[in-house]
Amino acid sequence: MKNNRRDFLKNMLLTSGGLVIGFNSLGNSNAEIISLENLKDELLSNAFLTINSNNIITIFSPNPEIGQGIKTAFAVIVAEELDVDWEKVVVEQADLDIKRFERQLTGGSGAIKHSWERLRKAGATGRYALMASAAKKWNVSAASLKTDKGFVINAKGEKISYGDLVKEAVSVEIPKEIPLKSNKEFKLIGQTIKSVDNKTVLTGKAKYGMDYKQAGMLYAQIVRPQGFGQTLKDFDAIEAKKIDGVIDVISFKDKVAIIGKSNWPIMKARKVLTINWTNTKELESDTKHNQIFTDMMKNGPFEVRRKDGDIEKAFAEAHKIIEAEYQCPFLSHSPMEPMNFFADVKTDSAKLVGPTQTPQSAQNQVAKLLNIPVENITVELTKMGGGFGRRLNNDYALEAAEVSSLIKAPVKLMWTREDDMSGGIYRPAVRYKFKASIDKAGNVTGFALKGVGLNAGNSTRQDNFPVGAIDNVLIESADYKSDITTGPWRAPITNFLAYAEQAFIDEIAFAAGKDPVKLRLELLKKAIEKPVGKITYEPARFEKVITTVAERAKWGSAKKGLHQGFSVYFSHNSYVAQIAEVEMKKGKPTLKKVFAVTDCGIVINQSGARNQIYGAIVDGLGHAMYGNLNFENGAPKQTNFDQYRLIRFNEVPEIDAYFVDNGIDPTGLGEPALPPTGGALANAIFKATGKRIYKQPFAMEDEKVADIL
Amino acid sequence: MSEYSLSINGKKLKVDVSEDTPLLWVLRDTLDLTGTKYGCGMAQCGACTIHIDGMPTRSCVTPVTLAIGKEITTIEGLSENGDHPVQQAWDTLDVPQCGFCQSGQMMTAAALLKENPNPDEEEISMAMSAHICRCGTYHRINEAVKLAAKLQKR
Repeated sequence: MKNNRRDFLKNMLLTSGGLVIGFNSLGNSNAEIISLENLKDELLSNAFLTINSNNIITIFSPNPEIGQGIKTAFAVIVAEELDVDWEKVVVEQADLDIKRFERQLTGGSGAIKHSWERLRKAGATGRYALMASAAKKWNVSAASLKTDKGFVINAKGEKISYGDLVKEAVSVEIPKEIPLKSNKEFKLIGQTIKSVDNKTVLTGKAKYGMDYKQAGMLYAQIVRPQGFGQTLKDFDAIEAKKIDGVIDVISFKDKVAIIGKSNWPIMKARKVLTINWTNTKELESDTKHNQIFTDMMKNGPFEVRRKDGDIEKAFAEAHKIIEAEYQCPFLSHSPMEPMNFFADVKTDSAKLVGPTQTPQSAQNQVAKLLNIPVENITVELTKMGGGFGRRLNNDYALEAAEVSSLIKAPVKLMWTREDDMSGGIYRPAVRYKFKASIDKAGNVTGFALKGVGLNAGNSTRQDNFPVGAIDNVLIESADYKSDITTGPWRAPITNFLAYAEQAFIDEIAFAAGKDPVKLRLELLKKAIEKPVGKITYEPARFEKVITTVAERAKWGSAKKGLHQGFSVYFSHNSYVAQIAEVEMKKGKPTLKKVFAVTDCGIVINQSGARNQIYGAIVDGLGHAMYGNLNFENGAPKQTNFDQYRLIRFNEVPEIDAYFVDNGIDPTGLGEPALPPTGGALANAIFKATGKRIYKQPFAMEDEKVADIL
Repeated sequence: MSEYSLSINGKKLKVDVSEDTPLLWVLRDTLDLTGTKYGCGMAQCGACTIHIDGMPTRSCVTPVTLAIGKEITTIEGLSENGDHPVQQAWDTLDVPQCGFCQSGQMMTAAALLKENPNPDEEEISMAMSAHICRCGTYHRINEAVKLAAKLQKR
């Protein structure tokens, strides 16, 4: 259907004319006009922006949309510089095209920061060409003209629509330096703009990966080893194959795939399929993991990530030493749409369609796996039912391609929820040991952190605050190679590290007899005046979010009975400070409200930005309270939402989301509001109950706080 | 396999499936009504919610045979032009993030407002807490249910 729409658009452009802007392949951020001659030979998806003679503006959004609002935000930026009527803009998801678009991926909250300039230039290039054409038509200088809502307007107030200028605009020469608007001239950026996909989503017409179909397509589900570390011994599919609608049962790479005409017969077949697995080694469990953590925390081997000053001396001379250990379990991403992918593999080509945060990686890996030239593999992006980092890993896309190549038919691979929750690529389990020293005056003189992870890589962020503000620092990490597969989970590492660190800094503040907010500000003052070594954050931006949230929540003068907890974190180039408010009701704490102040530079879309702040806080609260994946015999005990608890409607507090509007170039918002959330909650719990929480999930740590949400 | 006659979104449709097939898979795989989503398969998340004779029902655990002779409504049939008060409210308040759970959320909200045109906070919470939104759009869902209640009265 999508391709038909594109063909229609292409034909219209070719028959009635239009202006097409794309990116050049020189690797710089400049945009260029694509001639209609070239368009005949190229896929229209190479275009970034088209304006046809009917004044319909189509913007192709190259980045995968997982609910972070990038499809709308990208189009807003382009439309701003092009200066068009937002109501006349159509936004289409572009397919993978590494020649025209770069960084076609969703990860690290990096898309806006990376593409800000490119997108503005694309829009501005179009506007430049249209203004130059109008100038020629009216025989006036382009400088005497202005634009508004898709029209060029001259000094006399006469108007001509963009659509009426496209024929001439295609031959305008584009200068190297294209003028961009000043922030003050923004009309769309910073407004409240609804998602461009609302119409299709709210009528059930939006096509997610799971919804994609093609004529002749078969369905497949895969049974994987029941525990990490197992291999396939043998299987008996006689009964399974008897089920009406089941076509075949095959095996590959320690997996058994059931092929069928639809999902239900396959699900029935799974129940009667007999599979024997082999344990090739000791299967992992919580008990084993606990032993590993205890052993490695004591004996390492640790890799030194950062060393400033002399930590041993600082500890030896300390007035007080504060120590704490924090524990974090594995977590499943559990996006609402379980993993799935479509593949149609032919001898020397492949068509892939589905939800992935990294389409280029899917293309490359399938090329390698099936020995197909990479240029013969197309990847079409669908809408995605969430990602949270899970779809950075293309294991399920590779499985679909492998099954299609084995059965020589187009196939839709579906994971059930149980497959999704037990299929791996989890947030790694990590433990942190903090140690800090303070002198008689309450100054922090030393700060040490040891992180031990199970497939976590570097479980620390060694250049982040409070590092840079303390003279003596030692940051080390150790990692255990576990059979349990892991991957990035929304705000990788910092989704837990931030809680541990912010709760620990709170402990330091109380030990030093200082206000937690004032302690942070003191440290930041030091980072500004006399920074220690390399730092990655801007202390002044940190200060601003801290003082702003303190003002908004009336920190220090909250009304009686309200207990406030503070937390602040810098991640993915944005700064977020939070204050959680807990009220005691009949001796039990209840979370009433979370204040969040964010500095992500310019806010592109108020609606989308607020959605990200609300969503990240809800996500952070839910997983801090309930998130837990326990292991036994190499497999997670929790396999569906009856055991794996996610936060629900009745558990969310009021949220006050505020943005520091400083006009700085924008940074990402998909992740940064999540990391500080657990810390704000834990610190508020301490204020209310006097109890420190050192372990996720909080609900299992203390009966009293189990119902705090 | 047996042939069943179903009434879906005002249309009579014939399907040939086994008697234990959950309605969800009949809608999605057989009839290409993919607005109804699979999320958990065990009535936990609510992504598959449809109406059977106006009652919000989890289609993932409802065998096709239970729907015979009844009127089934899916998100595609909630309104003719996508302008049911719930759909309008969801759009106005820009509720969806990834959007995957929202058809189920809206079907429950629509059934709630039909049964109870003036739900209070507690009643909204009771109905909507039966759903999971992994993106965390709960605040806007709450506002949207209230807005839809107002729109419904016009």
